[in-house]
Amino acid sequence: MRSADTLEFAWRVVRGSPGRTLLILLAMSIGVAAVVAVSSIGEGARLYVVNQFGSLGTHLVIVLPGRSETAGAMPGVLIGKTPRDLTLDDALALKRSHAIRRLAPLIVGAGDVHVGARRRETPVLGSTAELMAIRSMAMAQGQFLPSGDPRHSQPVCVIGAKVADELFAGRRALGEWLRIGDRRFRVVGVLASQGQSLGFNTDEIVIVPLAAAQALFNTEALFRVLVEAKSREQIAIAKSDIEDILRERHDGKRDVTVITQDAVLATFDRILRALTLAVGGLAAISLAVAGILIMNVMLISVTQRRGEIGLLKALGATGGNIRAMFFAEAALLALGGAALGLAAGKLGQLVFGQLYPSIPFTPPWWAVIAAPLTAVLTAVLFSVAPARRAARLDPVRALSKR
Amino acid sequence: MIRLSGIERVFRVGDEAVHALRGATLDINDGEYLSLMGPSGSGKSTLLNLIGLLDRPSAGRYELDGRDVTDLDDDELSRVRREHIGFVFQFFHLVPRLTAGENIELPMVLAGIAPEERRQRLARLLAEYGLQERAKHRPDQLSGGQCQRVAIARAMSMGPGVILADEPTGNLDRHTGQDVMAVLERVHEAGGTLVVVTHDGEIGARARRRLRMIDGEIVSDERN
Ligand SMILES: Nc1ncnc2c1ncn2[C@@H]1O[C@H](COP(=O)(O)OP(=O)(O)OP(=O)(O)O)[C@@H](O)[C@H]1O
Ligand SMILES: [Mg+2]
Repeated sequence: MRSADTLEFAWRVVRGSPGRTLLILLAMSIGVAAVVAVSSIGEGARLYVVNQFGSLGTHLVIVLPGRSETAGAMPGVLIGKTPRDLTLDDALALKRSHAIRRLAPLIVGAGDVHVGARRRETPVLGSTAELMAIRSMAMAQGQFLPSGDPRHSQPVCVIGAKVADELFAGRRALGEWLRIGDRRFRVVGVLASQGQSLGFNTDEIVIVPLAAAQALFNTEALFRVLVEAKSREQIAIAKSDIEDILRERHDGKRDVTVITQDAVLATFDRILRALTLAVGGLAAISLAVAGILIMNVMLISVTQRRGEIGLLKALGATGGNIRAMFFAEAALLALGGAALGLAAGKLGQLVFGQLYPSIPFTPPWWAVIAAPLTAVLTAVLFSVAPARRAARLDPVRALSKR
Repeated sequence: MIRLSGIERVFRVGDEAVHALRGATLDINDGEYLSLMGPSGSGKSTLLNLIGLLDRPSAGRYELDGRDVTDLDDDELSRVRREHIGFVFQFFHLVPRLTAGENIELPMVLAGIAPEERRQRLARLLAEYGLQERAKHRPDQLSGGQCQRVAIARAMSMGPGVILADEPTGNLDRHTGQDVMAVLERVHEAGGTLVVVTHDGEIGARARRRLRMIDGEIVSDERN
């Protein structure tokens, strides 16, 4: 028997009993749709997290003094012995690396800030012009710190909105002078509200040029160096460049810690990927259920079609012909179900996308391939028993039953 | 040429053995027209099924055209049956979801004959059995006589040498039955072997050679 004829015959059978066919199609499509929908939710969640990290500046590499064994942990939870200081020269030396786009050294301290009689204790950050780009800061008024040689400083500062309010009490802060300790700074900019950044509320900080902060706090030691790699792919290179350059400058000692947000992200990525796979696998169980349904429906069909099977044998069908017909029937049903299921899954994905527009629901490629493939395989696998039973049917007895 | 010698067929029902055939020995020459009569349960259908290779004897030997077909496996039996044997049944056994034409085509489909060739042969068969108008009809839109014509055309579609008919008129009125017999006999006139099982003496008498069975044995073999 030709394959095209086998398919055609199976197609007629499938069309001949629409109720049965619809039932199987429904079961199959639910299975496939479940796999596609569930895994696209998982993948959506994964992409969402990845994108969120991306918007935070995924290319960010943070260098801090001291060797920490808790690599990958967030800054601030380090346990290490008193390290050699990280200096401005160390930071500037990092510019040798081609993987680094820009960097900003950072000094942090608490300052007694006052304007006339008004005073306030605030965190004071010393840094360079590049901090603005690295932390994606925005200005409400004026400008950020001027660029120029970080070793020399102008007496200027940038302040948070709340600081401006409290110190200038509604007066325009821009262009006015304030004091930190006994030094005078002219306000050149007011920060736009940004919420938490690097553990500080940007509304409540004062940013001064690095050299000024060094003088204010009487220290050469940097708190951090913030580094931005040229691209996500360059992060690893940037990291190893930083380690190499600093080891060389620190007499061969590895006494700094380099943290990439990418490491944290990679962990999230792995967890969410595994989760997607797991829920996809769970949904695939419904495919097995559909397979069992196919088997039962086919077994019933063998009983119902005894006469026809006996007739086909009397007309010269071999056992192989009969089995092929049943497999073709199962495969057709599974393919139909899979197509419907993919469509339904796509629809579900669109609906979820409407409900939660910020999450990019997309089924992962493996689900789109694996779900229909599993559907067809289970269908054919579960129709082995019915097909064999049909092929073994004794034609005489099958024909005599009327 | 069909040659049966010492054919036994024993059915086991529980621990009872039913001897449906007891040592049937029979030669049928090519182109013969036989009728097979006898009381119900005498083994006529069993013998016909054995000749048609739908069943295997419990003992004895079966030669078809000089080839021993007693011990062929199922698939070989299917192929021999497909090439050499055509069946016509009392209840027509047409596939209800297929049209008359498609039913006639079925053995050719099973044999893997190319669609173009099938189409030509089908056209010839439809013309030969006067079914051109009915080719697109389904069995439930046909009369009993037309159904049996379709079944005969189907049995003939692979051009077999032997046609086996088990009570082909059993489900038809007298007049239609005689029509159907006339159609079947055309097969014989064209040189084919025809074996007809029947309860109707008048129909049995039309055959040149008449066998009678009782209790699984062939008790008489008349010819004129
Ligand atoms: N599959 C079977 N299992 C058990 N016994 C069977 C089977 N097929 C036939 N028989 C028995 O074999 C005997 C012969 O049956 P068969 O059908 O050949 O008779 P028949 O001459 O065709 O009768 P009828 O004229 O009623 O069709 C009967 O006793 C029947 O009960
Ligand atoms: Mg009978």
